[in-house]
Amino acid sequence: MRPGTRWQHRTAVRALAVTAAAGLALSACSGGSSTATGDATGGATDGASDATFIFAGSADPITLDGAYVSDGESLRAIQQIFEGLVTSKPGTTDVIPNLAESWTTSPDGKTWTFKLKSGVTFTDGTAFDAAAVCTNFDRWYNFKGIQQSASIAYYWTTVFGGFAKNEDDSLPPSLYSKCEATDATTATITLTKASSTFLSALSLPSFFIASPKALTEFKADEVSGTADAPVFSGTFGSEHPIGTGPFKLAKWEKGNQLILERNDTYWGAKAKIKTLVLKPIADGPARRQALEAGDIDGYDLVDPSDVQALKDGGYEILNRPAFNVAYVGFNQAIKPLDNPKVREAVAYALNRENVIKTNYPEGAQVATQFMPPEVFGYAKDVPTYAYDPAKAKALLAEAGVPNPTVEFWYPTDVSRPYMPNPEANYQLFKKDLEAVGFKVTTKSAPWNPDYLNQVDAGKAAIYLLGWTGDFGDPDNFIGTFFQSTQLQWGYKNKDLQSLLDKAEAETDLAKRTADYEQASKVIMTDLPGVPYAHTQPSLAFKAGVTGFVPSPTSSELFTDVTVPAK
Amino acid sequence: MLRFAVRRLMQLVPILLGLSILLFFWVRALPGGPAVALLGERATPEKIAQINRLYGLDRPWYEQYLSFLERAVQLNFGSSIRTQRPVTEEFLRLFPATVELSLAAGIFAVGLGIPLGYLAARRHTTLLDNVSVTGSLIGVTVPVFFLGYLLRYAFAVKLGWLPATGRQDSREFLDAVHPTGFYVLDGIITGNPAAAWDAAKHLILPGIALGTIPLAIITRITRASVLDVVHEDYVRTAEAKGLLKRTITRRHVLRNAMLPVITVTGLQVGLLLSGAVLTETVFAFDGVGRFLNLAISNRDFSVIQGFILIIAVIVVVVNLLVDIAYGLVDPRVRAR
Repeated sequence: MRPGTRWQHRTAVRALAVTAAAGLALSACSGGSSTATGDATGGATDGASDATFIFAGSADPITLDGAYVSDGESLRAIQQIFEGLVTSKPGTTDVIPNLAESWTTSPDGKTWTFKLKSGVTFTDGTAFDAAAVCTNFDRWYNFKGIQQSASIAYYWTTVFGGFAKNEDDSLPPSLYSKCEATDATTATITLTKASSTFLSALSLPSFFIASPKALTEFKADEVSGTADAPVFSGTFGSEHPIGTGPFKLAKWEKGNQLILERNDTYWGAKAKIKTLVLKPIADGPARRQALEAGDIDGYDLVDPSDVQALKDGGYEILNRPAFNVAYVGFNQAIKPLDNPKVREAVAYALNRENVIKTNYPEGAQVATQFMPPEVFGYAKDVPTYAYDPAKAKALLAEAGVPNPTVEFWYPTDVSRPYMPNPEANYQLFKKDLEAVGFKVTTKSAPWNPDYLNQVDAGKAAIYLLGWTGDFGDPDNFIGTFFQSTQLQWGYKNKDLQSLLDKAEAETDLAKRTADYEQASKVIMTDLPGVPYAHTQPSLAFKAGVTGFVPSPTSSELFTDVTVPAK
Repeated sequence: MLRFAVRRLMQLVPILLGLSILLFFWVRALPGGPAVALLGERATPEKIAQINRLYGLDRPWYEQYLSFLERAVQLNFGSSIRTQRPVTEEFLRLFPATVELSLAAGIFAVGLGIPLGYLAARRHTTLLDNVSVTGSLIGVTVPVFFLGYLLRYAFAVKLGWLPATGRQDSREFLDAVHPTGFYVLDGIITGNPAAAWDAAKHLILPGIALGTIPLAIITRITRASVLDVVHEDYVRTAEAKGLLKRTITRRHVLRNAMLPVITVTGLQVGLLLSGAVLTETVFAFDGVGRFLNLAISNRDFSVIQGFILIIAVIVVVVNLLVDIAYGLVDPRVRAR
């Protein structure tokens, strides 16, 4: 069940060799008294070694308290230290049991009963049980003041909406109602309405379970300072993040490196490396050169233009399964985009294959709908709009506007995983539109925040945008876009919104999948925009590194990673 | 001299007040705010409004400014919206790194710039002189990220002599402790000379990248200044008296030529601290500059305001110290 039993066998022998040959005498940082004996036995059985693995991301984690963050670098570290009730199957977005062995749902979809694994302990020695689960949920639900900020409790507000006492009018009522520890291994969570997104969302590190003792002892919820200058003064997230995961914090030199050490009391397959170092290197070229100079063993966010050179240099490149979508959005509140024929004309006019071929790295694919194939509910038979300029012209003629004038927006100063070079995409699309008779007015603004502001406020008629998923649920894609009416789209289809509400509440996976497939078909008929790309971000490793399984949601564990001897 | 110092320190007050006003409006004039910067595609109008309300960013500007000022005089610059930690605490944590890097850059710039400028002047119009003039021109114009890339490519990737990024090797010195935050010093005081040497090696490439512009400036000033002085009457007199060439150089040429060099070197402190923003980012060197860079892209108002004000105080104080040093070299300054 843990990510990587499949690596275990063949890496065992090699890892032993690593231990012997490398002998990286890392007497390490946390005093490591348990490590020597732990390795001697563990090494023989599950391939544990003394190796250190150094991995670079683009930034330092903000804090190791999952409840307070939504950025990828924090989540990456939290993922190693904490665990949730469920997790994603390695390399996919499929939800599988983790700290919960199984679960059942009440017929009304509101009550979820989780049967928990027994015999699991936090790294502070306390037991993981149903009471611990409820303490964590109640903690999040009772966030106050600054803890309710959308930038801090981002995932809670996204998934559960509001809190016990909402301190801001913009917050909706909470989806969460209560959690009861029926017995030590049974936790029952009650929601205020049926939701299935809830289950997939629990695979997010923001909902991973922390040691209640440590949360209290290290004052995870203590906020000091003034109202407009709050300070989290506890040390839970910075010095004492206590979870049940395969690694534990050894030392965090903020800004320089985060050093994690194997949890030798871990209930599952223990980590094969002894030490995991996460380093922040913001500059892309510097990350690549740090790998080439041997400072690090692997890094995330490989610049697409570096991929070939790294492959030629003998480095291993791994791609994350596509988990994003780039689209050309329409605002139907702005004429002539209220006319379905004009929207269709745009769809037929855009040569999406050409854009992918010209502007995207290997692995990118043409999108047919607003979510990637990785996610359940991906529909195979949505209406498609293959490149056909003649048809586009005919549609415009039918619509009575052979030469419509449109404002077409693209962002500057930005590169997104789904859109490495917005301007290059824009130029090709603009040419396509002009070729069928559109008069295109170019509009651009710096991504952050002018562009996003303009688009959000419904000022952009046609625009380039996209989305990277947070967790493996269609609700996180088409639900985010279309479940409520947004200015960005100027699109309101009541039937679709009810269908998405129904799909969100549905607890039967087969029915739910069918609902989302149906929703995608409706969306691609109404055509609120033209999805055009899913991309696969790359990671690079030095030759001989094994055991890293890229995850679409970037939720990789380093448990099975092995490094070759020097 | 004391009155001079006190007067200069008093002048700091209007400077800082003016700067605080400029900064306050400048950060707010930057397009957008922290909410959009933090949330990106995920920023909805409701979320933006909620964050602005929570951090008091929806209050009238004068209220915001006054509460900022009230806290600032107590050396409380608020907390970072990104990390939720106090700005002053973050600064103190990061400052040793920047000082270390600036010192490395300063040593590189002064240590190489003065001899180079002097030699160029003494070998005026020779090849060496032309090379130093052209070189310093290039030094001033080459962008740091490009120079950083070249340096790393040559010395880290190709030759493997020096590390490419960071402050300390993670494999060899995982257990090194850093009581002061000055890694070289930490290595020495904790009896770990290998760690000190490793930290020093990590300073070389970013030190060169950061020190290049000051090097160019110091070389040119030294050259010009020495050229001026060697044609002075007193130098000719000294030569006519039959003084040793070495004595003339030391006592008459260098000492007099150094006055403008000291002033300019002092001014480089500001340049080094501002240059650290890019250099630290490019070399993943965790200091004040990199944090400030991140704060600017995150519209982390408190950090931008706090860091820049503290840096301003430092620059002014260093310049004051330079003026005092100037007085020690040149008694005429004290008399004025």
